[in-house]
Amino acid sequence: MTETLQRPAPAARAGRVRLGLAPAPFLAPGMIYLIVFMAVPVGLLAFYTFFERGRFGGIVFEFTLDNWVKLFEPLYLGVILQSIALAGIVTLLALLIGYPMAYAIAGLSPKWRTVALVAVVLPFWTNFLIRTYAWILLLNNAGWVNQWLQGLGITDAPISMLYTPQAIVVGLLYMYLPLMVLPLYASLQQLDPSLREAATNLGATPWRAFRTVTFPLSLPGALTGCIFVFVPAMSNFVIPELIGGGKTIMIGNLVRDQFFEARDWPFGATLALLLTIFLVLVIVVQSAVSRRLTEGPRRG
Amino acid sequence: MPTTRRVAAAAAGTIALAFALSSCASGGGGAEELDPNADLSEQTLTVSIWADYSPEDLAERFEEATGVKTTIVNHTTNEDIVAKLTASADPGIDVAFVSGQYAQALGEQGILAKLDKSLIPNEKNLYPEALELAYDEGNVYSEPYAWGTTGLCYRPDLTGFDPTSWNDLLNPKPELVGKTTMLSTDRWLSMPALKAEGHSINTTDDAELEDAKAQLLETKPTLLAYDDTTFYSKLVSGEAAMVEAWDGWCNYGIAEDPSIKFVVPEEGADLWVDTMTVLESSKNKEAAMAFINYILDPEVQTWVAENILYKVPNKAAMDALDPALIESYPTLGITVDELMQQETIVDLGEDSLKYVDLNAEVLATN
Repeated sequence: MTETLQRPAPAARAGRVRLGLAPAPFLAPGMIYLIVFMAVPVGLLAFYTFFERGRFGGIVFEFTLDNWVKLFEPLYLGVILQSIALAGIVTLLALLIGYPMAYAIAGLSPKWRTVALVAVVLPFWTNFLIRTYAWILLLNNAGWVNQWLQGLGITDAPISMLYTPQAIVVGLLYMYLPLMVLPLYASLQQLDPSLREAATNLGATPWRAFRTVTFPLSLPGALTGCIFVFVPAMSNFVIPELIGGGKTIMIGNLVRDQFFEARDWPFGATLALLLTIFLVLVIVVQSAVSRRLTEGPRRG
Repeated sequence: MPTTRRVAAAAAGTIALAFALSSCASGGGGAEELDPNADLSEQTLTVSIWADYSPEDLAERFEEATGVKTTIVNHTTNEDIVAKLTASADPGIDVAFVSGQYAQALGEQGILAKLDKSLIPNEKNLYPEALELAYDEGNVYSEPYAWGTTGLCYRPDLTGFDPTSWNDLLNPKPELVGKTTMLSTDRWLSMPALKAEGHSINTTDDAELEDAKAQLLETKPTLLAYDDTTFYSKLVSGEAAMVEAWDGWCNYGIAEDPSIKFVVPEEGADLWVDTMTVLESSKNKEAAMAFINYILDPEVQTWVAENILYKVPNKAAMDALDPALIESYPTLGITVDELMQQETIVDLGEDSLKYVDLNAEVLATN
């Protein structure tokens, strides 16, 4: 009896040691794929940033730091900061809207939970461009929404809703809200209900139980959601162009234009690399914060 | 270069870009002897053209006529194809369709082969004017495929008047504020402002470009949007009342709403030409020349005019065009004389950077 109780523990420990190189075959396909299609292109990007542009695109092998200097011109700096601001606003709004949504879904009966989750994910089954054009059809000055508003006599003249920075925020929010809801839902749904019950039994009001128990425990999910929204929102260029009417551009548009309009690959590479570095830093900070949150001050 | 499919371009191109290491292109450009009796069926041909810009069965028809096994591939923009052509010594393309100013630049770089006119007898079908275009006088490196101009495409019922000047777009009447769009690509962003101020669209004078930039920044807040791809549908839906448009694209609006009109403003506009070129690196030059000759056949170019609603520089083809079609799409009726009064866009070499910077500044400024 004592033997059977004792055995599993050392066996597990020994097993972990013996694993050694065993994960290699499992890791290899994914790692090779990532190295070829992620590390190599990013390495190329970094390499390009230090050379002169070719007249027809491509690069000329003459060393220069101009591309990095150019980043700090007010024009480009402005676009970069504007992108951070727009993506930040979108992320914040997604959190404010997405949190109650995820909270409500987690509280549903299993059957309705599935229905709600499918509804959240459903838009992803339609092509991204088609959904973007749908917004244009709905919101333009001669679009359905304005026709209804005028038809019902609510307004006399059409309300301009498209081709503004606000429209970009709405478009990005619509596009990425599900990416906020899903990780939040996952973390809220995993919460042990007995923790909340304990808080209530000890006299906490529902609000206080939420504030001191539920909310802190759901923060890692919220942070994951924020990253899921912020990262693609920051680099999107289709929505600024189609819904923003090309009047307000984001860093994604700058990158695209360097390659397809300006034929300035080195500067395009510099912008792309900057975007990559910035987003990696954001993710590193996010994962550090969320590790502290889940593991508590024991390690911190 | 009216086939800028910017959105599609972005997705397709970025992957290819990562693999192209060097843009250092080499090549002679000297005329080598071509064999007029070469057995074409021994040759194969790869042709790169904008999507939806040629008959669907073109490859089969050319193959049937000449025995040349032909593959047609698509590019999305001039920038896209130029990047492919300059990225390696042999891009594997024999015939490339590019706009005139790009043919000029590629020709100067030795990337294009001189055309062997003895193999292109159909050149005689072209208007004489189409042999004297500024980007390639005498059609040394290129033969024109389609041409046109840029102007104002508008809905008279929404504007309430017939615009005559670029200023109607640049400094719109109060009732048209928020109801106009401009092209934002390449040289077409600055063109209206340069023309309105009486400057050449090929100017490299910094003061003139500053003028244009100041005007464009003043115009920006009055625009509904910058739009290079869907401006005609904005007219059809009534979102916009007047848009800067390539003549052929205005026709796509007219096709849906016949009340839409097109005008070349009195200050003039550009003459753009999409051309066919043969790569110096091609090992199938006889077949490539035969292909260009085949396209210049009136029957083939009539198809182009009828289906993509662009004017073609082929007199025989234009003469064969159904008058009813010209009545429906008046831009097809713009005469060669009228077209010749417009200014041909030419490549500006290193100075083209000035336009790149101007575009970036106008588009990125709030």
